[in-house]
Amino acid sequence: MSIQENNQLLRFTTAGSVDDGKSTLIGRLLYDSKSIFEDQIEAVKTSSEKKGFDYVDLSLLTDGLKSEREQGITIDVAYRYFATPKRKFIIADTPGHTQYTRNMVTGASTANLAIILVDARKGLLEQTYRHSFIASLLKIPHVVVCVNKMDLVDYSEEVYNKIVADYEAFSSKLDIKDVQFVPISALKGDNVVDRSENMPWYEGSTLLYHLEHVHIASDFNHIDCRFPVQMVIRPHTLEFQDFRGYAGRIDGGIFKPGDEVKVLPSGFTSKIKSIELNGEQISEAYAPMSVTMTLEDEIDISRGDMIVRPNNQPEVEQDLDVMVCWMNQKALQNRTKLIVKHTTKECQAMVKDIQYKVDVNTLHRIENIEEIGMNDIARVSIRTAQPVFFDSYSKNRQTGSIILIDPNTNETVGAGMII
Amino acid sequence: MFNPENKTMGQYYLSHLKELEAEAIFIIREVVSQFEKPALLFSGGKDSILLAHLAKKAFYPAKIPFPLIHIDTGHNFPETLEFRDALVEELGVQLVVGSVQESIDKGRVREETGVNASRNALQTVTLLDTLEDLKIDAAMGGARRDEEKARAKERFFSHRDEFGQWDPKNQRPELWNLFNGRKHHGEHFRVFPISNWTEMDVWQYIKEENIALPSLYFSHERECVVRDEVILAKSEYLPLKEGEEIQKLIVRYRTCGDMPITGAVLSNADTLELIIEEVATTRTTERGTRADDKRGETAMEDRKKAGYF
Repeated sequence: MSIQENNQLLRFTTAGSVDDGKSTLIGRLLYDSKSIFEDQIEAVKTSSEKKGFDYVDLSLLTDGLKSEREQGITIDVAYRYFATPKRKFIIADTPGHTQYTRNMVTGASTANLAIILVDARKGLLEQTYRHSFIASLLKIPHVVVCVNKMDLVDYSEEVYNKIVADYEAFSSKLDIKDVQFVPISALKGDNVVDRSENMPWYEGSTLLYHLEHVHIASDFNHIDCRFPVQMVIRPHTLEFQDFRGYAGRIDGGIFKPGDEVKVLPSGFTSKIKSIELNGEQISEAYAPMSVTMTLEDEIDISRGDMIVRPNNQPEVEQDLDVMVCWMNQKALQNRTKLIVKHTTKECQAMVKDIQYKVDVNTLHRIENIEEIGMNDIARVSIRTAQPVFFDSYSKNRQTGSIILIDPNTNETVGAGMII
Repeated sequence: MFNPENKTMGQYYLSHLKELEAEAIFIIREVVSQFEKPALLFSGGKDSILLAHLAKKAFYPAKIPFPLIHIDTGHNFPETLEFRDALVEELGVQLVVGSVQESIDKGRVREETGVNASRNALQTVTLLDTLEDLKIDAAMGGARRDEEKARAKERFFSHRDEFGQWDPKNQRPELWNLFNGRKHHGEHFRVFPISNWTEMDVWQYIKEENIALPSLYFSHERECVVRDEVILAKSEYLPLKEGEEIQKLIVRYRTCGDMPITGAVLSNADTLELIIEEVATTRTTERGTRADDKRGETAMEDRKKAGYF
């Protein structure tokens, strides 16, 4: 375990089909980076023996809940943590089968990187297309394709090269900026943490080395200034009688004291007087910092408003074109009423048109549809009751995303990326 | 002036501790914005002390706009209670104490008997009663996902039905920074702002921010009993078995639960630097010293479903 204090945080998802060895890979990363404790490994050894395995089943480390262990499948997003002297990692471990697209989308929403597992014996499968499409749709900045189970194809360079070529041909249709390939055996440990001696032909880095070094500092938008106001802080004490601070998290750009700003929706302009946290002054604030901002002028600002720069404003619209991943048993139809949650704002909305659904395995569009069901991904027009201040999702993952809430059940029923 | 030292060659990024801090503060502020009557569950342990510290930062220069709730089992370490009272004084925040002894006296729960008796399970009833009395609709806690496998699947905003139960198969999906706290009358939420922190993160942050902790966390000499390989403090709440002997040991605590069920570890670490070094090299999980988790492989999952934290 690392004791560095100034590490970067990398969030990644793992997607794989049921037997791709995803849990084994995570177990291997945790085990070889020495993030597994003795009592955990002892418990896994005991369970493996009970099941009659002649090896330690590392996948048991990550299968959390009772019902999952009984069925031997992962049914929900589970979060895992490990650290090396270079970085700290958060893994969103999501299941691969079709009915759990919603979990994959959930895990992908906050990820810097996606690991896509391909079984070397089987090559690309429908699931590979689906996982890659979701990574591309959710704009995960980096993708690593791990060609797993290389031990079962005699560590063949030819098999690996074929899979790489197939994937490159397919992914050219997607919007993935950075794709890397690594031949591995999660079970045996080849090229996961330690370099494989079985694949001298492979000259790239190990998976862990890549995770430690991939450039993530530019994953946030540091150009377009966006500060959605979460709440107003008014102390009502003698010492801070006139203090009026706007609390929130920076969603984009770099804010500095003295900057001229504009407040949406009122349109009033002012200058930043101070940016602070806990009384400490901050000279430059950028995503994803949580801060408290004060302005030179007294303006009426409340939760849901957005502070931006006058010369760089988001779009302000009531009609949104959105790629929606539907997450509920009850189908989405035209004229369905929903609540849209966008940054710190909530408003009523109605579905105006379902334009088409995407077949996530072939990427084909299916048009003229009446409704979309659980785990479907579709392009939908939504009309909101109030204007929304947004950027396209490809420009900013924070100000370009929404969730959809059923006003009757209060459940989160959909996730949307604004086009 | 706060200086973002990581700004090299025009690149802007936060250290992992600053990123975790920003995330937790965002969530604490969401809770205050989305709920009518939030509260912070304060156990006296380092995680809830950290949470109180983050809450102070989130609202400064205003005071923390919600009460701290402490469920007092009556089996606390005296050091924990002293520390709690001093912290509440310093923060100028309201403290509400829910007493397990009162729940027992009122006949709401029945005390376990025997040498391994604990009030751990009883706290759930007192907790739910206290939340109901105060009409709390969002209770924040310092639980972390790295602590235990059932917690690895917990959401930041965890919806509870009107019986306070957790349904792991029916959790709301949580995407981006968009947290859905909408609920029906009578339902409430548990919220875990430091879900993504590990034990190491907590210690590093405590050191970086110079956060005061109860003396229990640092190495000290204590009269103990060793039972089933767990080092338990001598106390009036811990009846001895035949043949058990009190011995003086140099120990510290990694977690702060009730006296009769929280195990100490042998340790000479008496500064934060030494504790961090110890955490970095230690080979067992924090909760490995908790007798309450050893009551079966899914002990935590079962208690959570019933409304435990």
